[in-house]
Amino acid sequence: MDKVQVLIVDDSSVMRKIVERSLRQAGIEIGQIFEAGNGAEALAVLQNSKVDIILCDINMPVMDGLEFVKQLPGVENAKGVPVVMITTEGSEGHVVQALSAGARGYLRKPFTADQVKEHILPVLAGKA
Amino acid sequence: MSAPKTSQGVGENHEQWRPVVELASQEVFDLMVGSPLVVAVEPPAEDKFDITGMVGLAGQICGMLTVRCSLRSGAKIASKMLGVEIEKAGAEMSDALGEICNMIAGNFKNKIAGLGDGCMLSVPTVITGQDYTCRSLGDYSILRVNFAFEGEQFLVVLEIHG
Repeated sequence: MDKVQVLIVDDSSVMRKIVERSLRQAGIEIGQIFEAGNGAEALAVLQNSKVDIILCDINMPVMDGLEFVKQLPGVENAKGVPVVMITTEGSEGHVVQALSAGARGYLRKPFTADQVKEHILPVLAGKA
Repeated sequence: MSAPKTSQGVGENHEQWRPVVELASQEVFDLMVGSPLVVAVEPPAEDKFDITGMVGLAGQICGMLTVRCSLRSGAKIASKMLGVEIEKAGAEMSDALGEICNMIAGNFKNKIAGLGDGCMLSVPTVITGQDYTCRSLGDYSILRVNFAFEGEQFLVVLEIHG
């Protein structure tokens, strides 16, 4: 697999760093990491950058993760880019909402590097 | 995480949620801090708690989950979460404590039948300092769980309104 360009969207800079570290621990070859603190910032990043996968929190100020995912079909650079939600909201209802909005996967915080591997690798491989 | 959801439904005795708060907090520390969190028997030294993380709950239950610790504990938590030296973690302390509070609140509600979908969380707020008073309006009950990790104290408070 080529090096993966990743967009991590989370209002916590600590969580963005932890997600990045977990991806590396999972053995995923990272190219460039793009970061955004909310959905609106992430849409701005995607105006000028192409990524292979988007990892996105749900509860964020300004624009939450579900609204962000709903807006992605209108973004040229996001066409076909899978989104995995990484969030504390782990109920079945939230999972259904996220998948209905267009997310390809769902990972609940707190998580282990193994869980990151289990949820992200199939999505990158196009199996999810 | 892997523990089954409690059969306690909304509206029952909040004191019976104590083991759920304990487990939710311990799981977050195990996975994200990499340190065991142990329920402490001695009363918390609240005069040493100078950083507070808060997450609001709204829906089938309304209230607030609060975590409190010393600045040294907060720096240690941030340091262990990020895998950096404690001296380099200070700037990330508020963010780290807010996220710990957020994960404990989320993990807690996901373990109570009916709350996962029936209760929303606010984004976290973090207060630094001791000289403040926080007063909730209306009736509420408080569940306090005092923990210890690596010689430091860590307090989790669940305040439920109505």
